[in-house]
Amino acid sequence: MVSRNSLSGPLDPTPDAGYVDPPARKGFFTDTSVCIGCKACEVACKEWNEVPSDGLNLLGLSFDNTGSLGADSWRHVAFIEQSRPVGAQSFEGPPTGPSGTSFLGMPGTALPGASQDGRTDLRWLMASDVCKHCTHAACLDVCPTGSLFRTEFGTVVVQEDICNGCGYCVSACPYGVIDRRETDGRAWKCTLCYDRLKGDAEPACAKACPTDSIQFGDLDELRERADRRVAALQGAGVTEARLYGHDESDGVGGDGAFFLLLDEPEVYGLPPDPVVTTKDLPDMWRHAGLAALAMAAGVVAAFAGARR
Amino acid sequence: MAEGGRGARRRGGGRGGQGAELMVPEADFRSYYGRAILKPPVWKHDVAIYLFTGGLAASSSMLAAAGDLTHRPELRRAGRASAMAALLASTFFLVKDLGRPKRFLYMLRVAKPTSPMSVGTWILTAYGGAAGLAAVSEAARATVVGSRLGVLDRPLVGVGRPAGLAAAAVAPALATYTAVLLADTAVPSWHEAYRQLPFLFAGSALASGAGVGLIAAGPDDLGPVRRLAVTGAAMELAGARSVRHRLGLLSEPYLTGRAGRLLQAGEMLTVTGITGALLGGHSRVLRRLAGACLLAASLATRFGIFEGGVESTKDPKYVVVPQRERMAARAAQEAERGHRTETVTPSDEAGTSSPTTG
Repeated sequence: MVSRNSLSGPLDPTPDAGYVDPPARKGFFTDTSVCIGCKACEVACKEWNEVPSDGLNLLGLSFDNTGSLGADSWRHVAFIEQSRPVGAQSFEGPPTGPSGTSFLGMPGTALPGASQDGRTDLRWLMASDVCKHCTHAACLDVCPTGSLFRTEFGTVVVQEDICNGCGYCVSACPYGVIDRRETDGRAWKCTLCYDRLKGDAEPACAKACPTDSIQFGDLDELRERADRRVAALQGAGVTEARLYGHDESDGVGGDGAFFLLLDEPEVYGLPPDPVVTTKDLPDMWRHAGLAALAMAAGVVAAFAGARR
Repeated sequence: MAEGGRGARRRGGGRGGQGAELMVPEADFRSYYGRAILKPPVWKHDVAIYLFTGGLAASSSMLAAAGDLTHRPELRRAGRASAMAALLASTFFLVKDLGRPKRFLYMLRVAKPTSPMSVGTWILTAYGGAAGLAAVSEAARATVVGSRLGVLDRPLVGVGRPAGLAAAAVAPALATYTAVLLADTAVPSWHEAYRQLPFLFAGSALASGAGVGLIAAGPDDLGPVRRLAVTGAAMELAGARSVRHRLGLLSEPYLTGRAGRLLQAGEMLTVTGITGALLGGHSRVLRRLAGACLLAASLATRFGIFEGGVESTKDPKYVVVPQRERMAARAAQEAERGHRTETVTPSDEAGTSSPTTG
């Protein structure tokens, strides 16, 4: 089932992987504007999937002691503390709350960040990150054993009984999601709860999310819902609201798990313009072929006419 | 605590009252507390060694085949022996680097054109069979006393040439696929170098094979081996130079730190080796030293390329800045196109602002 867009561009990955009449592609829409940073998703994921501890770490990064996604963290809640002086917000659009006293940036005796009427000039961004289940998944493309595969739901899953821990997927992922578990030697990542999906249940993180920041469903429907949500937020004056990973024409053909963000992606530790590395694979092989020819020619030239 | 990373990016004076902040030299990208976006490769130095041994095996087989066809037994013998040793080392280091070494045969479950590692496994398997047979044939020939061939010796000696030629035919693929192996990743400085790496690796392989040739060569073999060394070294030097200076920001990891020192050392060793081969070729000792220099140069260069890529995953700068530049170039292109055709009005774009527009 190789098509013109098999390596990059808009594509429905499930039929491309050879499934006949598959169910609708499933995914996550993570609306970070309603995330409260409770980390219930992280806990639920660990409980359901029996993901081992990633250590008791105090990272000193706001309330984030997970740090990043990895072999033992399949959901990761990021906490970003930003200084956003009230008086300066007008340059990026109207403020969202009732207007307060203009913050002049003068040193005062109040607690840092607190203004006279009790409002603060800090904002907290919280976002639950997860494997993106890319349309063009580099991890899956480069896996040499066939351990990584595309499920009938359009998601990307590691079969742990096949993985031999070569680590190629780790270097291929443009989001830094998948990693090798040191104690075990194999690669691990979010399965979008493949087992629960097979039982018509929603993934553990989405089930546990108390504010519906993590929404699970058919990807088409989620994309429409996300468009409405962005429009609503922007209409309410949250002009910085934008979607990330929803666009089928982006470098990975769109993500199965996409996000609504309130700042630029790199602020959340996400790459601003990820491109699946295999997009350039034909060109890479072309260059390798030319180099191989040059090599052969070099040997022939060195020995030609030197017969003795 | 304020937002992490290298401080907030300057926003064209949009925020008043922050004069003090503008005094600080600001980095031109933002990040999540300066943490890496990508995972560093889990590959250890085993893979860097394999880059060298794989290339050495390939060029040794080519040297052996050329020596066989042009009746240079020293080159044939040394080439086949060195190919066999490098092949065994390659297999060892590849298996050792796996998280589950006992499952190395799982590589042969599938043949996947989108996975350079799968393609490479099959290349190495095909090559290994042929090169192994050629080496066994060479060993059989060496154990033959006088002209008395045993029952097994005759076919074994006879199979040497076809097996050696088959190995030499696969060898260029073995030497260059490793460049695709590195480039087909999200590692910024590896992927960005995908046009240069195959030529660099091919040259580095040729130079290391010429190194073996220099060590083994008799006085009569010097001409072709020298030419081979010059060709390989020229490709290696040009490739390394290109990788270190043509990739913009993504060249930086190849110029600084350990990777920078390794590549510098590789360059110096290559120049030394070539000088020795051209000027001191008449002396057996100098010839061998020159050969050793070329081998060491190839090893240092492979380690330098490996390390440079690993470094580029550790700083979010190498992810964010080039991607932002790509986005800006795309936006400029689109703006120009819109300007030229004048069909797109500003309001068309306003409602559907992509994540790229902050």
